[in-house]
Amino acid sequence: MTTRRDVLRLLGGGIAACACAATGLPSAAFADIPGSRRLVVVLQRGAMDGLAAVAPLGDPNYAALRGTLALKPPGETDGALALTRDFALHPSLAAIHPYYGKGELLVVHATGNGYQTRSHFDAQDMMESGLSAKHGVTDGWLNRALAPLQQGKERLGLAVGGATPLILRGAVPVASYEPAGFHEAAPGFIEAVAQLYAGDTLLGPALREGLKAQSFSDGVLAADMSGGDAMKGAGGFGPKAFKPLCEAAGKLLAAEGGPRIAAMDMGGWDTHVAQGAESGRLAGNFQGFAEGLDALAQSLGPAWRETVVVSVTEFGRTVRVNGTNGTDHGTASLMLVMGGAVKGGRIAGDWPGLGRLQDDRDLRVATDSRGVMKAILRDHLGLDGQYLASRVFPETAQIKPMDGLLRA
Amino acid sequence: MSTSMAAVIAATRFGFAPKPGELAHIGGDPRGWVAAQLDRRSDFASGSLPPSPETVAAMLEARRDKEEKPQLKERLKATYLGEIDARMRTAILGDTPVLERLTQFWSNHFTVSGMRPFVRGVTGAFEREAIRPHVTGRFLDMLMAATQHPTMLLYLDNAQSFGPDSPAGRRQNKGINENLGRELLELHTLGVDGGYTQADVEALARILTGWTVAPLRDPPAGRFRFFPQIHEPGDKRLLGRTYPEGGMEEGVAALRDLAAHPATARHIATQLARHFISDTPPADAVERIARTFRNTGGDLKQVTLAVLREDAVWREPFAKVRTPTELVISAYRAVGTVPEPGLAFMALKKLDQPPFFAPSPAGWPDVASAWVSPESVVRRTEWCQTFAERLADSPDPVEVMANSFGEALPEDVQRAVKRAPDKRAGLALLIASPQFQRR
Repeated sequence: MTTRRDVLRLLGGGIAACACAATGLPSAAFADIPGSRRLVVVLQRGAMDGLAAVAPLGDPNYAALRGTLALKPPGETDGALALTRDFALHPSLAAIHPYYGKGELLVVHATGNGYQTRSHFDAQDMMESGLSAKHGVTDGWLNRALAPLQQGKERLGLAVGGATPLILRGAVPVASYEPAGFHEAAPGFIEAVAQLYAGDTLLGPALREGLKAQSFSDGVLAADMSGGDAMKGAGGFGPKAFKPLCEAAGKLLAAEGGPRIAAMDMGGWDTHVAQGAESGRLAGNFQGFAEGLDALAQSLGPAWRETVVVSVTEFGRTVRVNGTNGTDHGTASLMLVMGGAVKGGRIAGDWPGLGRLQDDRDLRVATDSRGVMKAILRDHLGLDGQYLASRVFPETAQIKPMDGLLRA
Repeated sequence: MSTSMAAVIAATRFGFAPKPGELAHIGGDPRGWVAAQLDRRSDFASGSLPPSPETVAAMLEARRDKEEKPQLKERLKATYLGEIDARMRTAILGDTPVLERLTQFWSNHFTVSGMRPFVRGVTGAFEREAIRPHVTGRFLDMLMAATQHPTMLLYLDNAQSFGPDSPAGRRQNKGINENLGRELLELHTLGVDGGYTQADVEALARILTGWTVAPLRDPPAGRFRFFPQIHEPGDKRLLGRTYPEGGMEEGVAALRDLAAHPATARHIATQLARHFISDTPPADAVERIARTFRNTGGDLKQVTLAVLREDAVWREPFAKVRTPTELVISAYRAVGTVPEPGLAFMALKKLDQPPFFAPSPAGWPDVASAWVSPESVVRRTEWCQTFAERLADSPDPVEVMANSFGEALPEDVQRAVKRAPDKRAGLALLIASPQFQRR
């Protein structure tokens, strides 16, 4: 029986999805494509707090508005990591801090996806479809971007993780990769279930006992086996699950004749409760996220030079802390653009400041994320401006691609 | 009770979960919705699945010619997965979920299991051939079909049971195997407290000698066949009644009498009430269902209608914990998609209920205590998230919630689903909720 062996599934093309176990990549599935540029889009589901990821320490309103969530300045114990005079990286994002120094990490702050909704479901649909219609959208902008690049039957696109996300769904068939077997549930999910079971005299105690037993055996395993900790995250949904997925994605993208354009998910960003500042739930998620991106860079090897990784989330979070030491649904967040092909080591886009807030609660949007995506598709993958405007993001001709994101 | 709650109960307790649009279809007539299906043919289609004699013959061939074994293994595996797929597909997408639930109930009553390797390739065929045609027919017909089916004869060893005084028994010095005789009394008809003795078990086993499967040298191979050469001669005495020497007719008469026995009515009624009402069903409900069984000569349509008439069925929502099979079918049915071939098997194996693999002839347990353990609840929870993450398309969980429950969910569950950080998380929470874990 397949346990945690990797399974590569090739979807679409009229072939029934096959659950064939494969350790490597069936090279016949991919033909060579012109160029060797790689693109990875990371979807941070749940709304990442951009003000925590890259803190505007120099903003005069920062400390007062953020309260207990404010980060300590660089240099102090557990302090943020210096980027510019006014901005600093969350300490748990340490694994990607060196990329900033090498000029391979660019921050685009105060980004939004062009809608006014604080609903996760709607906002994620729009972030992925690139359209403003709420319902009935069946394809994603990254799939539409693949159409002119894809030649013949090879699959340039790669969905990493579970099912193919909306961003990659559409007319162009894409490959998908997922670790097989059962997944350990994400801590946030287990907590939510435990709450629903709290009043259930049958399921409640059983779940509680089961989790207790599980954490006991995890503790034993972690103490017994070096490296056991990394293994445990593989195939699960917690913050540690991201790194093994990144490693696998990097290998697949680096492979000769393999896919070139990937989308992957990471959840756990919906920090309404006990978000924490330099440590806590969000910090744990940042750490998993940063270590994953670092692993992606490592496993891409020389191909990293020709890679752009871009992260995006559906919206940001409130500037002020809420009543449960967390933050609620907000407006602007930020995007990270990383890779050997990126002109990084700086913060791009305007800073709207915390002096005037959206609806007196959120960071305002200064940069539309679609301008960043258009620039990457145009400058990195060579997509035609007309096609971008008419097909990939058809409703936003007025949003110009953001110039100068990548190395010439 | 509100109409919508009755519709939810009809769909979840007599079917699996409502598929999209089904609650509206049930509307204000939940009893009518269930009853109408008892007059319908199932949506099930066997497609290219092989009839059991074909598979049994191939197994006999492979026993003779070892070189055919590897191909046979592949073929049996494909058949097994095909049976799971066909069964899941009908339960998930079909318009006759009540017939599917009844099929699975009766299939479990007459358990055959792949725990005995030599019947692995024909467990699904057993359900198709011996159970499905009779779920709204006569109990006696199902009992006869199940007992004469090659899978049952092989699974409970009757194919190898020889009358010690029969010509073949004497020649080969072989004897009785009482396995089928015992399970027929204990599980299929009277029940363990049905008032039979060890002597009755042995008598029934003697009566059934000669009920076997035709070998290759005696075509058509792989079918039920009565062989007088291995039938134990002489009169037999079962439950105080004498069955004079009559060859195969002894068994037919014995099964007819067992089907009509009041203990059988009571045993079946208890199982039905436990399945459809609660783990500890009210005694008067059991008695009323048993009475219908007796009065109609085991007409299973009438017996099912009697269950439907019980107030207790409609009184307590979510009284039963879903078995893993019910949970997996219901989750997929709620979103209107079928799992990839093989995925359902993997999930059910992990959840300790692989299809057609019950641990013993007693079948899968039908009470919550068997399915709710600390470890299993954690795994069920994990499966809920895996399920939601792996769906090709992620439906809006708020819509799925409305489709599955109408307004029947407590406020905290509704809120948790609506507030989930993404659609898949919302769906996973809905499936994991105490209400979806039950029926």
